[in-house]
Order: sequence, then C-alpha cells, then structure tokens
Amino acid sequence: MNISKNLKYFFILPGLLSLAAVIALGLWGLRPGIDLAGGSLLQVTYQDNRPPVQQVQKITEPLELGEVRVQPADQSSYILRTRALAEDEHNQLTAVLGGLGSMQEDQFTTIGPTIGAELLQKAWIAIVLVVLCTIIFIAWAFRGVSKPVQSWKYGIVAIVTLLHDILVPAGLFAVLGRFVGAEVDALFIVALLTILGISINDTIVVFDRIRENLRFNEDKGRREEFEEVVGRSITQTIARSINTSLTVVIVLAALYLLGPVVTKNFALTLIVGMIAGTYSSIFLASPLLVAWQKWSVRGAKK
Amino acid sequence: MFRIRYASVVILIAALATGFFVWKTTGGDGRFDFKLGLDLSGGTHLVYDIDTSKASSADRADALTALTQVIERRVNAFGVGEPVVQIEQGGALGTGQYRLVVELPGITDTQAAIKSIGETPLLEFKLVKAGQEGNLADAEGNPVAASFEDTGLTGKFLSRASLQFGNGSSQALATPTVRVDFNSEGAKLFGDITSANVGRELGIFLDGKLLSAPVIQDKITDGTAIISGNFTAETARDMVRNLNLGALPLPIMLESTQSIGATLGDEALRAGLVAGLIGFLALALFMLLWYRLPGLVAVVSLTIYCVLMLAIFKLIPVVLTSAGIAGFILSVGLAVDANVLIAERLKEELAAGKKAQDAITQGFARAWLAIRDSNTAHIIAAVILFWFASSLIKGFALVFGLGVVVSMLTAITVSRTFILALGLDEKSRVGRFLMLSGFHK
Repeated sequence: MNISKNLKYFFILPGLLSLAAVIALGLWGLRPGIDLAGGSLLQVTYQDNRPPVQQVQKITEPLELGEVRVQPADQSSYILRTRALAEDEHNQLTAVLGGLGSMQEDQFTTIGPTIGAELLQKAWIAIVLVVLCTIIFIAWAFRGVSKPVQSWKYGIVAIVTLLHDILVPAGLFAVLGRFVGAEVDALFIVALLTILGISINDTIVVFDRIRENLRFNEDKGRREEFEEVVGRSITQTIARSINTSLTVVIVLAALYLLGPVVTKNFALTLIVGMIAGTYSSIFLASPLLVAWQKWSVRGAKK
Repeated sequence: MFRIRYASVVILIAALATGFFVWKTTGGDGRFDFKLGLDLSGGTHLVYDIDTSKASSADRADALTALTQVIERRVNAFGVGEPVVQIEQGGALGTGQYRLVVELPGITDTQAAIKSIGETPLLEFKLVKAGQEGNLADAEGNPVAASFEDTGLTGKFLSRASLQFGNGSSQALATPTVRVDFNSEGAKLFGDITSANVGRELGIFLDGKLLSAPVIQDKITDGTAIISGNFTAETARDMVRNLNLGALPLPIMLESTQSIGATLGDEALRAGLVAGLIGFLALALFMLLWYRLPGLVAVVSLTIYCVLMLAIFKLIPVVLTSAGIAGFILSVGLAVDANVLIAERLKEELAAGKKAQDAITQGFARAWLAIRDSNTAHIIAAVILFWFASSLIKGFALVFGLGVVVSMLTAITVSRTFILALGLDEKSRVGRFLMLSGFHK
C-alpha cells in the first residue's frame, strides 16, 4: 500500500467518529454520577428473595426522598440512587427496605453537591494542564527538528489527535448514558486524563521515527518529499504502534471482563481511548502534519 | 560477556530475594503486609466541612491541629484499627474550604461512627439567681434561662472526669455519679464561686440541659465537683468519656459519607487479583508467541517489574484501592511497551544486516529516545492526576506514576542485560528465528 499517496483519505474515519461523538454529546450529554453531581447511592442485598422493583419503589415513596431510582444488580441486590440523604433519612430508608425481607446493606455513599462541583472544576483545570504540558513537552522533545515543519507544530498536531482520542470515549458514554444509563464519575475523568497521558505514546512513536528519518536524510544529503518521509515512517512503526497498544488493551480487557465492578467503566473508557489513540496516530496525526506542511508551503509561494 | 552474565545472575538473585520478601510478608498483618483501602477492606469514609469562620487566621492552624487530636481520641475510643484522621483543603487550587477526612476501616455502622465523632459535650456551671430556686425548669423540663447567671466555669477547665458510685450520703451508695477534677485555674475559679455563694444553688448543665442544681454547702478549694443527675451506670460512663475527650475546637458538619461492607470489599479485591493475574498471563502468552526470545526476556523482566512494584507497595507503604489495582494492571500493560519498542528495533537492525550483539546495543540505543519521550508524557499525566484526584483515587495516580518510572528502569536495564547475556548468534537459524518476530518470509 502506498501510504503517502493515500494520506488525504485518512481523515475520513477519525473525522466521522469525532463528528458522531460531538453529535452524541450535544444531543444527550453525559450523565454525571453522584460523586460529580452530589447524591446518595445505597446498595442492598436480599439474602432470600428479592422483592420486585415496584414494591421497593412504592415503599420508599412515603419517605419523600425525591426521585428514587432503583436498579437491580447481580441476582439479589439493588442499587438505589437518590438526592443527598442526611443520616436519619438513610436510616429510615434502610429500615423500610429491611421490612421487605432479610436484607443486608452492602454500601452507602452520600456526597454533598459542593465536593462534586469542586471536582468538576478541578477536572477542567487538570485537562487544560495536561494538554498544555504535552504541547510544551513535545515542542521541546522535537526542538532539533525544524525543517520542513517547526517543532511546535508537532505539539499542536499531537493535541488535535489527543482531543480526538478523548472525544471518542466521551461520545461513547453519551450514547451509553442515553441507552443503558451509564454514568460518568471521577474515575471516568481519571480515565480521560490517563488517555491524554498514554495515547500520546503512539503519536510520539511515529513522530520520533519521522524525526529520525529526517535527520538521516539530512546526514546523507538525501532529498525526499516530506510526504514520503511520513509515509515511510508510518510503515516502519505501524507494527509497534499496534503492538504497544495491544499489550495495554489485553490487560485492560482482563480488568474489564474480570475486574471489580467499580473499575469496569474505567477499563472500558481506557480501552476505547487506547484504540482511538492508536489509529489516530496513524490516520490523523501524520496526515495532519503533512497537510499543514503542504498548506504552509502553498502559503509561502503565493 | 562474562560481566554481563555475572550482572544478569545478580539481577535474578536480587529479584528472587525481593520476591521471597514479598511472599513472606504477605498475610498475617505484619508491618510489611499490603495496606488495603476502605473500598477493599470494608469500612467507613467520612468527610466533614470545618467551619473556620470564627477562628482568626492566626489561631486557625492551632485550632485545626487541636481538632485533629480531639477527633483522633474519639476515633480511637471507638476501637478501630488504623484509623485515618486528616485535614484537607478543598477548592480547585487547594485554598478553599477546610475539610476533615475520617477513615474507619472495618466499621460499617455509619450511624454509630457519626455519633461518636460528632458529639460535642458542653459542661457549664451556672448560679441560680436568688429567689428563683423554685423556677428552674419550665413545664417541658427545659431550663429557664432567666433564672441562672453565668459563672464562667465550663468544661474548658476540666482536667479529668471519672465515674464514682455514691455521693457520700448513705442512701445513695449505689448511685452512679460523675466526679469532675478541675485544673488549677478552674479549681481557683470554683473556689471563688463556692466561697462567695454558700447557701445558693449551683446549676450544672450538659449540652444546655440542666443535670442538677445542688446547694453549695461550703467553700470547695480542692477543685473537685461531684455531679449527680439521674444517671445509669451507662449514661454516667458515656458522660465521663465525652467529658474527657473534650469539646471540638471548631464546629464540623457532615458533608459526605461512604461505607462499604466487608463482603463487597472482598469481592472487589478478589476480582482485582483475578483480573491482574489473567491479564498478566494473556500478556505473557502474546509476548512469547509474537516476539519469541525478546518476548521471553520481556516476560522475565515484567515479572521482575511486578515483584519490585509489590515490594515498593509494602515499603512506602502504598494503600491499595480498586483504583490503585487498576493503575497497577494498566502499568503492567504499559511496562512491556518499552520491550516491544526494543524488540521491533532489534528486528530492524538485524534486517539491516547487523551482527546480533551490535543490533542489540543499537536497538536499545535507538529505542531509548522514544521510550524516554513517551514515559515523560506518562509522568506528566501522573503528576497532574495525583494533584487532581481525591483521596480514594490518588492511589491510582501514585501507582501509575511509580509504575512508569520502575518499568522504564527495568526495561532498559534488566531486559538489556538479559538479552545481551544470552549471547545469540545471528548466523544460526535458531538464533535468527528467536530474535525476529511476527510472521515473515
């Protein structure tokens, strides 16, 4: 396959996916969990026989706890979500639930709205910080490379790629939130931040190879179109890009399938982000670099 | 060659010793046993907002320290192993609301825990105004404020409280009473009050409730007061405990609660271990099948990485949570990353017709730039994550950051030493087969 000739078609897949993600996010948004929005979560297990959902819903009505969302978990458990409950409301709730059968409280979490709002604010700052630090770092790491593309452009392209990499899992959770009620929690934000940190990997690997090939050409006094260099670099690195991500996806798949319930969505977010990160390093980062170089050459000629 | 082989034997022995340490110190609750977070061991996590508006900024630090100490005493009285009591500052930049974080491993009765932490006993002594002796309490039993005058004597001057039976008179021998000893300042105040007001009634209040109003018989200079109210042995004991533990220097308000049952924690721990083990095995299989000899080296070096990380968890010690275990599992996947880069490089160098040993050293040297750059990006993310995360998630960032550093070290030292020590020959067919990877003609 002649990669350098087909570079312009490479934008199609990441472009469509980003568009779909933006539409999903715009239409449905993300469903914040209680650690971000505040609220209470109670998980109870009925040892013998679990009463039907309607009965649970009905018995909690007189307590005036606002909307109580009851969700079955496992064979014998329920997860109840409500507004943030005070301790006495929590006691009343467990008391009426205990009246329905032999019941055991597995976990109870209540989080005030201010902590959640603070966390969300911190998340935005963290995302901006990671993005800024990454641009600066890449611009620094590639400082020796100035021809034919300045080093800061590598940084910007890496960031566009990164935005795509977190847009895709965010879009997925907008869809999952709409159709299966998946919530995003603090761990989801951690996953996005981690994706920002690790999916840059593949982009760095390709850029590193472009850097090396450019230096090699310069040393040998060889002339090669930038496009060709990029195409060659992709061919040389595609196996490791895929394999380095594959190893991470293998362990994350184990975490998703076998790991604890609390980290399942976390693992899924990371898996999707890793896969998006791998193909975007090939299908988005490098072609972007070439397009930018061509565009600035054309601009210079005018 | 000899030196390299010598080094690899040393590495193996050190790794075995570390592994032995990890294995020997696991279970049995020793000093080096793994520390499990509340979400794995079960327990209660409470966050209180601290009202610092009344404390001047100069007093704030002292008041916060005093608060931590009082809460620690109360928590310890509750009988929890290894409780955590710490002050955190909220806000995006850590300059906002002060918060008190209390972690009680093994306690799932949140109601009892909240009660034992939040109780603020306030002991006050007030003189009954002359002529008001018959008008101490209203119909509902609430004290009539207008009948009392403040003396300035409160539980603040307490040196200790103790439980006594009987108040000296014979008919009440078995009645539980609370004996209060004042400190020297309190004793003097108490002496002044009693000497100036012989014959008057002194009301004793706990949390605004009138307990009793005995008549001052004589001047009391030894700084001891006996409080009798309608105590049972149990209520008297509670009062003694609460008085001794002291009042809170700053008001606190419960902001969030989290309690996790031990069974749920056990399940999460088991699931985390299974996921880690299966993930590792699947990864090892992939590395062996695809990269053959460099794959085997990667697996050995990955095993050493895991052992090292577990030892570090024990030595620091790192409190392991579900998020931390997820971070560790992720770091295992990332740790082979450097090995993959090296193995791919090695293949290229061999394809370019280099000798095996040269290909290995140059493969490592060339892969180093990419390894360094990608790991630096990881470390940037880990540091920012550590700053961002709340306490339960900080574990993830810590494990992830440690993992990046340790894996980089093991990949470039351990893997390199082993593969050089094997001394492969690129001319033999076996040697070539072992060093190449994937499918090729």
